[in-house]
Amino acid sequence: MLKPTPATRMGLSIAAAVGVYGVSFGALSVAAGLNVWQTCALSALMFTGGSQFAFIGVIAGGGTGAAAWAAATLLGVRNGVYGMQLKALIRPPAKLIPLMAQLTIDESTATASGQDEHDERVRGFWTAGVGVFILWNLFTLVGALAGDAIGDPGRWGLDGAAVAAFLGLLWPRLTGRDPVAIAIVAAMTTIIALPLVPPGIPVLLAAATTALWWFWRKRRTA
Amino acid sequence: MSLGAWVLFAAATAYLIKLAGYLLPQSFLDRPDVHELAAALTVGLLASLTVMNTLGKGQAVALDARLLSLVAAAIALKLRAPYIVVVVVGALAAGLGRLAGLP
Repeated sequence: MLKPTPATRMGLSIAAAVGVYGVSFGALSVAAGLNVWQTCALSALMFTGGSQFAFIGVIAGGGTGAAAWAAATLLGVRNGVYGMQLKALIRPPAKLIPLMAQLTIDESTATASGQDEHDERVRGFWTAGVGVFILWNLFTLVGALAGDAIGDPGRWGLDGAAVAAFLGLLWPRLTGRDPVAIAIVAAMTTIIALPLVPPGIPVLLAAATTALWWFWRKRRTA
Repeated sequence: MSLGAWVLFAAATAYLIKLAGYLLPQSFLDRPDVHELAAALTVGLLASLTVMNTLGKGQAVALDARLLSLVAAAIALKLRAPYIVVVVVGALAAGLGRLAGLP
């Protein structure tokens, strides 16, 4: 399964760039007042970074468990859209769906969507999904145990690696006028939405404007 | 409910949302229109995630060393560098930018 192909290399690169951030989550979660087990349970069971940060953010701010649940749930809605997208792209066998669902996050969806062939999409999904899962959980534990001693992974430029990783997935799709127009619409939506709505929602709004743009084009050319 | 119970409840909800997307019937997802829309959404999604990772800082826009990563990665892609090289170039650009005193 792990023979080196473009998709597996992309999946592993993105897993390395993103998974290490588990250390930030682990440290912040313990600082917010969760114990090590609760912290690790969030990374293993919830396993969607945006929602996890939202959950502990509300708790750190003195919010209730119900408010933390609501924030995490709102930010997790995009994963439902990803599931739909992945089913359309990959047509997974039914018996794999329960496991795929757990690994359905930004990175695995992006890596799968970035490939042109079915087998590469499948390899991309699993490499990024399993890769991020292992590293994210490992580094969550490290962060939860070590606390602030480790510092911010941004110091080593890992946030820059994530930027490059997503741009590298987008780049090959920017062929022709339509994809470029869509990318601009989605990028502008995201920039406008970033300061206005909680993290995780701008991606949903970008998906909505992309869909609107597509319907408008469809009607005009029909 | 205790905090531990809310952790488990929130995790279960997150899983059910992920699963819900997969429960749409394959016949619906196989329609050519839906495929076209999925392709468009892919581009929109990747563009949004790129921008979010470049500019997002919690619920705010921040201009910092990550912009260097975006530019450096774009140049590397233009020069047809392999994916892993692009990712490393992105990390180096942000790391060097911070050494030079950028936020």
